[in-house]
Amino acid sequence: MEILHFDIAAPIAAAGTRKMALVGVVASGNLEVLVERGDAPDRCAIEISTAAHGFRDLWDAVVADFVGRRAAGGLRIAINGPTPCRCGSPRASA
Amino acid sequence: MRQWNTRKALREERIAAGAGFATGKLVRPETLVDFLEAVLRPGDRVCLEGDNQKQADVLAKGLAAMNPARIHDLHMVQSGVVLPEHLDVFDSGIAKRLDFSYSGPQSARIAKMLFGGKIELGAIHTYLELFARYFVDLTPQVALIAAVSADRHGNLYTGPNTEDTPTVVEATSFGSGLVIAQVGEIVDTLPRVDIPGDQVHFVLDAGKPFYVEPLFTRDPAAMTETQILTAMLAIKGLYQPYGVRRLNHGIGFNTAAIELLLPTYGEKLGLKGKICTHWALNPHPTLIPAIEAGWVEQVHCFGSEVGMEDYLAARPDIFFTGPDGSLRSNRAFSQTAGLYACDMFIGSTLQIDLAGHSSTITANRIAGFGGAPNMGSDARGRRHPSAPWLQAGAEADPDTAAPLRRGRKLVVQIGETFGEGNAPLFVETLGALELAEKLDLDLAPIMVYADDTTHIVTEEGIANLLLCRTADEREQAIRGVAGFTEIGRGRDKAMVERLRERKIIQRPEDLGIDPLDANRNMLAARSIKDLMLASGGLYRPPSRFRNW
Repeated sequence: MEILHFDIAAPIAAAGTRKMALVGVVASGNLEVLVERGDAPDRCAIEISTAAHGFRDLWDAVVADFVGRRAAGGLRIAINGPTPCRCGSPRASA
Repeated sequence: MRQWNTRKALREERIAAGAGFATGKLVRPETLVDFLEAVLRPGDRVCLEGDNQKQADVLAKGLAAMNPARIHDLHMVQSGVVLPEHLDVFDSGIAKRLDFSYSGPQSARIAKMLFGGKIELGAIHTYLELFARYFVDLTPQVALIAAVSADRHGNLYTGPNTEDTPTVVEATSFGSGLVIAQVGEIVDTLPRVDIPGDQVHFVLDAGKPFYVEPLFTRDPAAMTETQILTAMLAIKGLYQPYGVRRLNHGIGFNTAAIELLLPTYGEKLGLKGKICTHWALNPHPTLIPAIEAGWVEQVHCFGSEVGMEDYLAARPDIFFTGPDGSLRSNRAFSQTAGLYACDMFIGSTLQIDLAGHSSTITANRIAGFGGAPNMGSDARGRRHPSAPWLQAGAEADPDTAAPLRRGRKLVVQIGETFGEGNAPLFVETLGALELAEKLDLDLAPIMVYADDTTHIVTEEGIANLLLCRTADEREQAIRGVAGFTEIGRGRDKAMVERLRERKIIQRPEDLGIDPLDANRNMLAARSIKDLMLASGGLYRPPSRFRNW
């Protein structure tokens, strides 16, 4: 398992008040995503645990694209079990 | 004084030599290898019927068992290189030169043998192209073919898998060559006559049906949401605006997903009767729900598909069937139909480059082409108009006066930006180019050329290459749907946004498609069992697909 950490500037702050949200089930074949409120409203922290090693560059691009296009400011996101390609599609960030 | 009948005289010699191992036309099975050594000559041009699906497997074994000291240096001209024996003959020296179309299951070994110099390669053809050469410069001197049954006169019944047989026999028999058929049984009266007996010189009772491979069955249970999204994009972004009624689908999960979305998503869009009514298509099990829901008016088939026989026989309004009720397929005619009478070809590939060339060939796998380059090409000889063809032509060439403007066939590549094993669909340099260099080929084996490709569909959107006016626009249109592949990450973002404004690139949201709707519940069948149930029990899936 490779664990990747990202903490980057997020221009659009997330709306809403809900403290956390969880989708997916670990080991189900699909990925599990946990979203929580972070500390700074202009940062987004993402932690990715993946069995597909060696895709750091790809994840950089995916994370930058996601945070640039979506309201991700102030969120702490943990993603379990993805492969970068499927998750890297706009499918996952839509 | 020139002799004008040397070919027929040679055939008579072959028949006389073979007669010693036969009773009438019936070859005594235990003498098969001796028989073949008697009728063949070193250097003969031989078609060993290897089709896309059915295989003259017993004759192939016989051929491979011959003594290479007696029969060697054969020139094999066959559409499919499928069985191990098809290549064993090159290992032993029985055969030397090869002209073919498709080599799916042998693709790795054929690559190795080409590199090792075991095979002298003529060319890799599209089916129709190889068939054409059977009548010009590659006429077989001996054809070894496969049928379901024969009568004592040598009349043949080929059943649903007629495929290449009439073409091979026409060229060989009327070109003064020798035709030898393997059949599953000898009967007194055939259900129908597919090949007349006077074109067949010897018959081998193989005592069992020929080998046939289910090639076109895609299990809906294995379909991903990404594939469903690409299918939604194709239906709403291409089939609907062009009004595509006459088409061919390649093999693959993306196109199978389109078939399964017609009765659900297509119905919701109000497209029944407006798209997908007439097909040149193998009998895909995934088309069953659309047929049952009344979407499909007519289908002509290249070959059959294992398990579909009873369903096809029960739907003669849709499929071409004989007086016996069973399907009559014909690869040459169906390929012609795909070339001239279809307005769209949509299929998948392994690699697409920045110009839009696509190929299924990588440096160590030579899968061949099959029919894709033929169906996936614009027929320059086409003269009849149709709405999609005219619309595509107008998009490509808005400045020419309409009466003088050629239409364009829609040639669509559909796939996910990362394919099997996370291999990127988009590449800087095609494996086909590396292969051509390594083997010193005049032509890189390109499946669909860039100038024939009109659209590329991925989960990121649709690129319309007809609307591109410069090579630069074309490159950015391709990068703009290439997702997070290196090619996609190398895009000029500002230019891609400008292409999007001109609808050269359309994203799911531009078409009003919410990717979250790309859900497996949208499939008209979610398993092989569902397909069987949709057919009213007429579709009998082969055991390997029965997982319940």
